[in-house]
Amino acid sequence: MKTLDDIKIGEQGTVVSIGSSGALRRRIIDMGITPGAVVIKQKAAPFGDPLEINVRGYELSIRRSEAKEIMLENICNAKR
Amino acid sequence: MVKTEVLEIEKKELKTKPLKLVLAGNPNCGKTTLFNQLTGSKQYVGNWPGVTVEKKEGKVKNTKEREAVITDLPGIYSLSPYTPEEIVTRNCLLNDDPDVIIDIVDATNIERNLYLTTQLAELGRPIVIALNMIDVLEKRGDKIDVALLEKELQIPVVEISASKNIGIDKLVDKVFSVAKNGKYVNVKNIYSKELNSTLCDIEEALEEVKQSPYHRKRWTAVKLFEGDSVTWAHYNFTESQKKHIEFHIDEVKLAKNIDREMIIADERYKYICAITEKAVKRSKPVGFITFSDKIDRIVTNKYLALPVFLVTMLMVFVITFGPFGTFLRDCADWLINDWFAGVVSNFLVSVSAADWAQSLVVDGVIGGVGAVVSFLPQIMLLFTLLSLLEDSGYMARAAFIMDKLLRMIGLSGRAFVPMLMGFGCTVPAVLATRTLENQKDKRLTILITPFMSCSAKMPVYLLFISAFFPDMGPFVIFGIYLLGMVVAVLTALLLKNTVLKGKNAPFVMELPPYRMPSPKSLWLHVWERLKDFLVRAGTVLVGATVLIWFLQSFNFSFQMVDSADESILAAIGVFIAPIFTLCGFGDWRASVSLVTGLAAKESIVSSMTVLFAGESLSSVFTPLSALSFLVFVLLYTPCVAALSAISKEMSSKKWTAFAIIYQLAVAWFASAFVFQIGTLIMNLMG
Repeated sequence: MKTLDDIKIGEQGTVVSIGSSGALRRRIIDMGITPGAVVIKQKAAPFGDPLEINVRGYELSIRRSEAKEIMLENICNAKR
Repeated sequence: MVKTEVLEIEKKELKTKPLKLVLAGNPNCGKTTLFNQLTGSKQYVGNWPGVTVEKKEGKVKNTKEREAVITDLPGIYSLSPYTPEEIVTRNCLLNDDPDVIIDIVDATNIERNLYLTTQLAELGRPIVIALNMIDVLEKRGDKIDVALLEKELQIPVVEISASKNIGIDKLVDKVFSVAKNGKYVNVKNIYSKELNSTLCDIEEALEEVKQSPYHRKRWTAVKLFEGDSVTWAHYNFTESQKKHIEFHIDEVKLAKNIDREMIIADERYKYICAITEKAVKRSKPVGFITFSDKIDRIVTNKYLALPVFLVTMLMVFVITFGPFGTFLRDCADWLINDWFAGVVSNFLVSVSAADWAQSLVVDGVIGGVGAVVSFLPQIMLLFTLLSLLEDSGYMARAAFIMDKLLRMIGLSGRAFVPMLMGFGCTVPAVLATRTLENQKDKRLTILITPFMSCSAKMPVYLLFISAFFPDMGPFVIFGIYLLGMVVAVLTALLLKNTVLKGKNAPFVMELPPYRMPSPKSLWLHVWERLKDFLVRAGTVLVGATVLIWFLQSFNFSFQMVDSADESILAAIGVFIAPIFTLCGFGDWRASVSLVTGLAAKESIVSSMTVLFAGESLSSVFTPLSALSFLVFVLLYTPCVAALSAISKEMSSKKWTAFAIIYQLAVAWFASAFVFQIGTLIMNLMG
């Protein structure tokens, strides 16, 4: 299984689980990254970090350290 | 008889008492715009008790039967107990018992917005959903079946467009009719059967404890299930009750194999998806390329992002602090310090007012007010530009671009803009830290912003350069600016590893779609800050200028002095001067001008001109001590206007005091270091 950090830009995956803990984890969940949600990896910032992802129809920025905690399945190229 | 009378009075009170409304919703969903539409300019801005979160209240305009007061709650994504904004909102909703919650939902981002709605629904207060951005939705070609949405959610929904002023009256009517009927929503169908029965079990257990208000039972049960520490601590469960509740929770947990918080969030989102699948017709698939995506192809492009960002910031900087801003500042300065002061002075002479009274009004009060007013045009300009960037959605991109660099010194991307503005003026820069979410980040940013050499210090540098380093001007100035930045970075690293220790704030940030800022919102935004600055800095700064005027104009027997060297201030200067012996400028006049620099940094130059009265600076300073003096000027405590901004944004006396002491200490050590090392090198070189 791959993490959100592992997949290439332009790929998408379905969330399986989220590591991390406490406030950070809760924040990620509250923003709509829950099991079953589809996330698209849009791009990385000019210095390579953070990432821009699309989830539930809006754009979200998260750091790569946080993306490493998000496990994905059904990885494929995003349909645009 | 008596009873009916009391009832009548109660009825009357109920009618005359203003309705208590709250406005809740996600950030970036048009909440502030709606608040402005509802209240007009009748707003009151304050702080929530104990935190630096802004509290806005206002009267709803054009209400018919009853008045209504509305509180704008902070923009939040969830009612979890983590950020100060979330805690404030929770406490307000739980303790203040609002008559109606207006839940503003962004129709173009409905799934995530309804997540907060599912939480608000459980509070057991009447809710009305204001479905915002209906015009944008239409333009996109999407459709929402409002009747179906209402039926599924069991909450009244009103379609509005806050920015286009559509549907606002309808919303107000709906709110009033809901307030009249006062029906509590109790949404029981959010969760799966299995989870619902567990929650019912917990509710039963709660009934035994008899502490939960009836209408809030579901909220409490859910919070207990999630393991919300605040809620668990609130109830005095006996051991057996605790075990009973935990037993039910564990049943679900085992079956689902995920943790409690996730189970709730997961089921909420599943519930929302089931509804939106039926009620929302999308014309394009999720993830299609929007107008915002097209802008972002340039603005957050790997190669173009930095140049675009730098040019944007440079433009803000040049407009505010360049010829245009300086011109406006000079105009305001002339208007108050020359024209107005002249008029008042002539008037006072014509009524033959006492000398001290003339001096107090013209030099003290008008001088002080003038210093404030001359800041105004630039502050207004800067805030207009910053609000423009913020409201349009660019600020979030700036944070996205700069995050990695700033993380190296323990800050998040959002801290960059205030720091950059610090080169112009510390006052608006410190006020701009309000965009920082995390309290620690905010305090750290406020502490290091004054080290960015503000434009008012430039005249001091120029004075000394012309006297001591006429050939090396640009190098000296560059060196001073660089030193300020180095000290800022070192301060950040030092504090982040000691007093402001803690995990880096999470950087899970929405990148909202680009939007055209509405002029009305923009103006209210700027006006609010302006009013704030005028009142705060005005009172403090005028007080301080009057004090310095007094010290400068009187001696210890409270008689007016002819020249400043007989004044109380001179005596203070003589008293504190020895402190600076190690720094190389132990002359009392240097100390006095540094003290007057607390009113405004430009005062250092004017004080020196007065105090040295024709004598050359080189009679007191050597090139080396001039350099150490400049280092001190760069780093020491900012002016009173900046200090009042710092004290406001820190919202803690302890931290304000720390900032003052820290800056003084850093300035002294750095300055002494420069002078002592310089002397040593010069001795070695003979």
